[in-house]
Formats: sequence, C-alpha cells, structure tokens
Amino acid sequence: MTAVSEPTPGPSPAPAPAEKSTLRRALDQKRFTVGLTITAIIVLLAVFGPLLAPHGQNEVVGPTFSSKGLFGTDYLGQDVLTRLLYGGRVILLISLFATLLGMVLGVLIGVVAAYAGGWWDEVIMRLNDVTLAFPQILLSLVVLTAVNQPRAWIIIILVGISHAPRVARLARGVALGIVSRDFVYAAEALGERRSRVILAEVLPNMSAPLLAEAGLRLTYSIGLVAALGFLGFSTDPNAANWGQMINENRLGLTIQTWAVLAPVLIIGLFTVGTNLMADGVAQVAQRGGGSE
Amino acid sequence: MSATVSSDRERAGTGIAVQNLRIGLTARPGVDVVDDIDLVLKPGEVVGLVGESGSGKTTVGTALLGYTRAGALIEKGKVLFEDKDVLGLPWQQVRQLRGEEIAYVPQDPAAALNPSIRIGKQIVELLELRGIGTPASRLQGARDGLAEVGLPNDDEFLRRYSHQLSGGQVQRVALAMAFLPKPKVLVLDEPTTGLDVTTQGMVLQTMGELCRSHGVAALYVTHDLAVISNIADRVAVMYAGQIAELGPRETIFGQPTHPYTRALLDSIPHLSQARALTGIPGRTPAPGARPDGCRFHDRCSYAIDECSAGVPELREVAPDHLVRCIRSEQIGHWDISRGTVPDSDPNQHREPILTLGDLKVFYGHTEVVHGVSFEVGKAEVVALVGESGSGKTTISRCVGGLHKEWTGSITFEGNELGKGSRSRSASDRKRVQYIFQNPYLSLNPRLTIEQIVRRPMELFGLASGKEATDRVVALLDQVALGPAVLRYQASRLSGGERQRVAIARALAAEPDLLVCDEITSALDVSVQGSIVALLEDLRQTRGISMLFVTHNLALVRSIASRVQILNAGNVVESGFVVDVMDRPQQEYTQRLLANSPRID
Repeated sequence: MTAVSEPTPGPSPAPAPAEKSTLRRALDQKRFTVGLTITAIIVLLAVFGPLLAPHGQNEVVGPTFSSKGLFGTDYLGQDVLTRLLYGGRVILLISLFATLLGMVLGVLIGVVAAYAGGWWDEVIMRLNDVTLAFPQILLSLVVLTAVNQPRAWIIIILVGISHAPRVARLARGVALGIVSRDFVYAAEALGERRSRVILAEVLPNMSAPLLAEAGLRLTYSIGLVAALGFLGFSTDPNAANWGQMINENRLGLTIQTWAVLAPVLIIGLFTVGTNLMADGVAQVAQRGGGSE
Repeated sequence: MSATVSSDRERAGTGIAVQNLRIGLTARPGVDVVDDIDLVLKPGEVVGLVGESGSGKTTVGTALLGYTRAGALIEKGKVLFEDKDVLGLPWQQVRQLRGEEIAYVPQDPAAALNPSIRIGKQIVELLELRGIGTPASRLQGARDGLAEVGLPNDDEFLRRYSHQLSGGQVQRVALAMAFLPKPKVLVLDEPTTGLDVTTQGMVLQTMGELCRSHGVAALYVTHDLAVISNIADRVAVMYAGQIAELGPRETIFGQPTHPYTRALLDSIPHLSQARALTGIPGRTPAPGARPDGCRFHDRCSYAIDECSAGVPELREVAPDHLVRCIRSEQIGHWDISRGTVPDSDPNQHREPILTLGDLKVFYGHTEVVHGVSFEVGKAEVVALVGESGSGKTTISRCVGGLHKEWTGSITFEGNELGKGSRSRSASDRKRVQYIFQNPYLSLNPRLTIEQIVRRPMELFGLASGKEATDRVVALLDQVALGPAVLRYQASRLSGGERQRVAIARALAAEPDLLVCDEITSALDVSVQGSIVALLEDLRQTRGISMLFVTHNLALVRSIASRVQILNAGNVVESGFVVDVMDRPQQEYTQRLLANSPRID
C-alpha cells in the first residue's frame, strides 16, 4: 500500500499495491526460478571451476579412455572432470558477448526499419531476408577456414553478426506494434529528435520480449560456439572447451561414454536453464508488463 | 421491497426474473461483483440496464444466460425462466436454452460472425443447429429473417462474407440471427457502441419494433443514457454492483431520485440546450474496494453519517419506482434545466488564431478531404462533427502536424504552418498541442506521470529541475489530480485520470490552441462531464482556443460556439452552434440531428 493518499481536490487514485517490477513478477514463477538456479550453478561452475579442478587441464593422469576419476579420462588420458570445469569459461564468455553484439545490432536494424517505415523498411528487411536464407553457421565457417588461429573476438563478431538478422526480424515485429501507438505520435508532434523517440519511447516498451529473445539467443550462441569447437575451430586447441571435447573424444564413445556425455549434458542443461528463464520472462511480458 | 418484487413476479408471466442474485470472485471469497440484484423482464418490454464501467452491468446481462466469465462465480440467487431456475439446470439444458429461448447480442458482432462463412450459409447453419424448419425451407427462413431487420435478402447479399458488410449491417445480421429462433428473452450488450448515429438510429428502431412485435423480454445493457431514454420502457441504474434506482423511463429521466442517477444526468449534454456539465468526483470503486454502507456515499453530495452505517435497501418510493437511498425523501426535487447555460453569443467579436484555407488531404493518391476552409477565433471552441470516415480526425491531425499529405494552407496567427511537425518552428509546435482520443494509448506506459508531463517543459526550455517539478504539481492540481500520482506509471490510473494527464501534458507546453480529437469518447459520461468542465475553465481562464473533434452532437452544444458539420470530406454546414442545432439548413444535418438519441 502506498502512503500517499492525502485528500486531493479531485479524483485521487485509490491506494493500489505497489507495482512489481518485471524481474519481481518473473521470480514468482517456478519455471523462472528453476531456470535461474540451473543457469547460475553452471555459470558459477564455469567461472570458479578451475579452482575446484583436481588436476591441471593438460595433465595426463592415466591411460586413455580409462574409468579413473569421476568421469574417467579422455583420448590423451586427461581427467574429464577437470577439462569440464576448465572448459566452460571461454565458451560462456564468447557466447555472452556474441549474444550481446547480436542483440544490439539486430534491435538497431529492426527498430530503425520499423520506425522509418516505407522504403527504408522494405530495403532493410528484404536485405535482411537474403541473409536469413543462409544457415547461421555458414558465415563463421567461411571466415574461420581462412583464418589460421581464430581469436576469441573473431568468433564473437562472427556469431554476433549471424544473430543480427534473426533478432532484427523479431525486433521489427515488436516495434511495429509500438511505433503506431499514440504516445509515439505525441512525441513526434512535440518535435522530439528521432533518436530520442527510439531510445526513450519505443525501446523501453520492447524490453520484455527482447529479454526473452536474448535468453534464446544465448543458448543458440552456446550451441554455435560448441559446434565450432566440435568442428575444430577454437581459440586454443590445447585448452579445454566443451564443444571441442565432444569432437576429441567421439572415437571413444563406446569405451568411455562419459568423456562425450558429460560436455553434452552440461550444454544441454544450460540450454534448458536459459530457455526456462526466457520462457518465464516472456510469460510475464505477455501478461501485460504494466503496459496495457 | 419484497412486496413489490413478488407482485412484479406474479405479473411477469412468461418473462424472466432475476432474484437476489450475487456474483463473486473465485479468487477472493467475500468480494462481490454484483450483489442483491432483483429484476423482472416482462414480455414485450425493453428494460435498460445502465451503468458506468465497472458497475457490473454486463455481468448481470450474461447471468441471464446462466453464464459468468472465468474467475467469477454465481454465489446465490435465481434466474427464473418459465418456472425453471436457469442457474440450477444441468448444462445440456442450459445450452438448449441459450440462443433458443434466451438470446444474446454481443457488443462486437463482427467478432461473433465467422469471417470465412458466407452470411446466408451462417444463418442456414443456425437454423439447422436449432432444428428449425426443413432443409428446403431454411433458405427462405434466412431471407425472411434478413428482411425483418431491413436488410436486402437477394442471392448476392446471402453470398457475402461478413467483412463485406458495413458495421450497421453486421449488427443487424446479428440481430436477425438472435431473433430467428424466436427467443422469449433477449440480452443486448451495448450492441450499438461503435456505430455511427445514423446507423445506431436504424438498428435501435429495428430492435425496438422486433421486441415489441414478437413479445420478447429484452435487457438492453449500455453506458449510454441517451440511447436508453430512446429505447427502454423501464430503466435500472447500476452502481458498484447494485441497482441504485429502478423505474419507468419517464420517472428515471423526469424525476430521478437517487443522487447517483441525478449526478449521471447532470454530466450528460443535451441536444436542445447548452448545459454546464459536471462530473462526479472520485472514481467508480472496483470490486473489493467498495465502501461499506451505501456504496455511493463517499462520492455523494447529499451523504450524511448514517449513509456509511448500513447498506440501504431498495425501497419503493412511488409505484414501480425503487430507490436505494435512505435520504430520497429529504434531498428535494431535481430539475433538468438546472445546468442550462446560454448558448454562446453569435455577435461576439472574434480574432482568428487558426485559419484553414482550401485544405485537401490525401492518403496516397486518394483525396479524403476536399477543400475545407474555416477559422478558429481566440479563446473560441470550434467543433468538427461528422460520422466515421467524414475526415474530421484527418483534418485535426493535419493541424497537429501528424499527417503530412495535404495541400492548401493552415495559418496559425499569420504564419503558415509546415506540413509535418518536423518542418514547423519550435514555437509553432509549442503553441499548438494535440490531445489524442484514446488515453490508454497516448501515454508511454514505461514513464512516470512526472516524466510525461515535464517533458514538454524541458523540450521547449520552459522550466527544468525543481521548478519543472513544481510546475508539474501545479498542472496536475489544475486538472484535479493530486501530487500522489507523480511517481505512478499510467497503468495505475483510470481512463479519466489518464486523459487528465494527457491534458496536463498539453498544457505544460503553454499552448494557445488545443486540438482535441474525440478526447471524451473513450470515457464514462461522468468523467466526460468533468473533462468538459475542465476544458471550459481553461478556455475562460487561459484564453486557449480549441478545435474540438467529436461525433457527439449533444456534446457540441455544451462546449463549442461554432460548428463545422463534415460529410465525406466536405463541410456541409457550418455556423453558430445554436443556429445549426435549432435551424439546420442541410438535409444531412437534419438527418444527423434526427438520429441522435436525445434525452429531452
């Protein structure tokens, strides 16, 4: 209850329960909290894993594909649990930054197209459609095959750019419903600068669906980075990397299943976690997010 | 109360009777949506159920069909139809009753008709479903039904889809479908809201004739008192989930006794005379937030301490006239002409501030406004009136700089205005402010009220920092909102409060001309009354001129001094409101006036 209901000369709004933020309402949902917990645990493991690891990531602890240790050893006799704890940090960081880049680029393209309308919209979105026709991983493959030793920032940029057209489509759709609302016209009539109309009037009203999209994009990023690792494109061939681990150990799949299964499971779990979070945010957004 | 109700019930015969109905919320036990509803509908009679948003009128309407929306629950009471309690029947029988004996016409018939089935087939299907007629006779039945509501019934019309009909035609198809199974009871839920006055007039007339000729007991649910006064035999006024007053139409409109009914009547404009409109202070309480005792006492100007003590009974104050007020004998008589003010003086000197010269407006290559010229004087209100599609909003958007495709001239204090807001000077943008029709769309839901209202001041360099905040508080006070709303987001305000914020935002720029686009049409009548009173006050104290766009002719009489009647992009008649209203020259204006529902 608010403490501001002193008598006013006209209709004073009845004291209403304090408005909950989107995060607050999302936290009320089981699926969001479960997703958040899974995601947080895996992120913590990836960040602090190297401190907990029983061995060094390139330390040979036994024969190849043996069952020594919790998850056994891999194709070089390195401890799988250790490699698992070391192998998350880079992949998660790259995915996070790639997602951020893709979201910023995509939202920019989509909102500008929706707000400008007319010819601009047509040209931007048709070009966008052309890029959508190619599989997302293609751009990374084409560039990475030409690069000798890929750096983290190259992978970030490649994955980020390949997200942009997909984010742009969604951002344009969401923005279309907002740019035709009267409060945007009201800002126009006052003569607000276009950049301000986009930043102050349009974008804040898109936050909920964009958050949900960002969650999804993060899982796609991880999938992509892991896939690139599987295909052998990673920043340091000797360092542990979840994607690469699947590739390295696939020959021993029948003998030492855990060497492959453990990275697969952790990527899968992380995907489930972030998707549950994204779902929760999307549901809260659908219920109005205080906008209707 | 029980004596009159039971005698009513005996007379009801084959009608339908609601007894002691209470509907609550499943999620909040003890909270009622509607309570203590007793209502009898007799055959051949139209009962108007009128109330503002949140009064529970639609809930009562659908309860007649044994239906409540999800989350609501019928807690007690009966709906007696032919000695059966509709609420107690198994669902198979209720399903049989619905549509066949008790029919329902929804607010938006376009949503009720299947867009991918042709009109003729849809009606034939209905007859099949109800087992009426033989396969051979059903098509003829459909034709007869359409003829009854005054629609064409040739093959071409039967082959149309619902999107190929106009709004009024769709509504009449829905009426025909409601009447075809020959129901005994008909529930109409705001069926003419959103229709033009001419179409509304025709639909209302058709409906009234059908109800009386078929001996149907009809419940007409609406917020529009003027419509009620044209169609209903008896009127029930609802407030906060209870019937506040119930009586014959003449009594309700001639000698309203409940303070709420009087306040409602005080807030509606009349066609035949200019009135100073007033609103009802406060807002309609939501279920769960309704005060104890008489539910209206906190907004009532006649309230005494006893009013908050106990819930008043619905008492009979005259034959067939029931009032839920303990002070009905003490508050004196009501006079319809109390709020009358003289029409504005035609000979008053005017200095033009806005001049439109030969304005032609285009959408793409289509010309929608064909050379309109008029002027608005300083501190004068000029109304633009027309039906939908007449171009009235389009013209106002051109003046406001929101529509760029036009030729001709718009001159503001001697300066030609640019086409779009971006090609206008900051001073022009500041001095001409536009207020939108729908306050639910015109405020950014992510900003606080303070941010919204202070933005024009910052943009035009009128004030900043602490001074701006002080000015926002002063402006909110002027539009009768307390400083408590400063940190609220728009979603916490009611429609009327939002529209006040929108007005405050326009005033923040210190304009000389307000362009008001149907600014009261999304609001309840009591809120409309207070907004109109606010605008009139602003005109007098600040000397602001207004271009007032509306479809409501009665409202024009109360607010404007001159009027432009538009039809299909042309001004068909213009002049002083008193001349145009009392002595319309053009056939179109006469038709508009004749079709406008009137209270007097």
